[in-house]
Amino acid sequence: MLISSSLATFGRYCLFMKRVFSLPDRWGVFGKRTIAEVGKLGLDSIPLVIIISIFIGAVIAIQMQLNVSSPMMPAYSVGLATREIILLEFSNSILCLILAGKVGSNIASEIGTMRVTEQIDALEIMGVNSANYLVLPKVVAFVLFMPVLVILCMGTSFFGGYMVAVLTDLISVSKFVYGLQAMFQEWYVWYGLIKSLVFAFIVASVSSFYGYYVKGGALDVGKASTNGVVASSILILLFDVILTKILLQ
Amino acid sequence: MIEAKNISKTFDGRTVLHSVSATFEAGKTNLIIGQSGSGKTVLMKSLVGLVTPEEGEILFDGRDIMRMNTEQKKQLRKEIGMLFQGSALFDSETVLGNVMFPLVMFTNQSYNEMRARAMFCLERVNLIGAEDKYPAEISGGMQKRVAIARAIALNPKYLFCDEPNSGLDPKTSIVIDELLSDITHEYNITTVINTHDMNSVLGIGENIVFINKGHREWVGNMHQIYNTDNATLNDFVFATELFQQVRRYVADNGRGATNHIKLNS
Repeated sequence: MLISSSLATFGRYCLFMKRVFSLPDRWGVFGKRTIAEVGKLGLDSIPLVIIISIFIGAVIAIQMQLNVSSPMMPAYSVGLATREIILLEFSNSILCLILAGKVGSNIASEIGTMRVTEQIDALEIMGVNSANYLVLPKVVAFVLFMPVLVILCMGTSFFGGYMVAVLTDLISVSKFVYGLQAMFQEWYVWYGLIKSLVFAFIVASVSSFYGYYVKGGALDVGKASTNGVVASSILILLFDVILTKILLQ
Repeated sequence: MIEAKNISKTFDGRTVLHSVSATFEAGKTNLIIGQSGSGKTVLMKSLVGLVTPEEGEILFDGRDIMRMNTEQKKQLRKEIGMLFQGSALFDSETVLGNVMFPLVMFTNQSYNEMRARAMFCLERVNLIGAEDKYPAEISGGMQKRVAIARAIALNPKYLFCDEPNSGLDPKTSIVIDELLSDITHEYNITTVINTHDMNSVLGIGENIVFINKGHREWVGNMHQIYNTDNATLNDFVFATELFQQVRRYVADNGRGATNHIKLNS
């Protein structure tokens, strides 16, 4: 039962994506909407990303100091471990899980409200491909802007860890900075960026899917929003495993 | 002219429309009336292609919407305007943006041309001065008028209105009814209005189709409805004491009295 309903949902999602990824009726309108979505989904997420990254970066640095430091380990290993955690997992997977909550619920509730207030029906009656008109700009904008958020997250997380070194006597600043640079592998940055592109696509498309097929009223919009976030989060975790296996082995 | 021929629709094993046939004429206000749950909304959604019936034909001036491919449907929909029950205005757009929307999507006009056309439509519905407001900032009646302006922006051949008076006070309802009637005659539009507002039925019903439990039970106009012998329709239209009095008044004073009632309303 669960398998058949999951397959049915996946089938509907694929058909929905087919409608989303058709050519826009008006490229000019598509461009304007994409720029507007970059602002709404991307730029508006920057304050959240900065706040979370600084604090989590600081927490990771403190925890690494408490767990990694020992006479057997070089002092710079705190900075090195902090960097690896941020590059490999926090700045992409964890960040996208957090953004699934913010951006995913925003998308699902916006499209869901348009559905229950008949705005999507109005688009269809006019002959507009509503899935393409509403969803494609969101998906394109969020996927395009996600690398910016990831790079920003990396930078501010390092800054958070650095501030721990500067403001406390837990870690030596010079050793921490040396650790951040030691044995650096550029591929880890690309690995994080590639993962984030996939996760951004999942968040935008899955949340849109749940919002687009809402039936009922305000309660159902809330339910769809929750379902969109939950489904996006599960898929992010699933693809995290798959992509890590593919990209790091 | 729109012709629905033997339309049947079933949801989850429950038949909502039973082989319904009706003709909606050009240049007339065509009303679909019936109690809540009678199937009139499903019939209207079938007409515009939002619901696909299992059986029947829906002909727009001879063109069967059920046999059209996606591109043909898209072309037909450019000839259709629709006024939704809740207006369905785009929250993120201003009044002007809403009215300009179909022009932006389907014409190659310059911004000034589109703005001029949108302002003309807003003037037609007496909404000059509200163009920079957002839908949330205007009243329900004004939202309905914006929706009418948006629906006529592309000079549609067919106009569908789903319960245009719902949620409006009686005076605003009459304004909306008269506006729809005027626009229909002015531009020779085939207007189909889904309603259970008796003021509309008796005021602008030039062609009325009565649906009951998924069956088409009666066809006539606002004059013939006073003398119908259909018991269900009588119960539905003349359910209140007020409308029973209206019927008695018309019976005593002849059909010309309906104009007198309209003028005094």
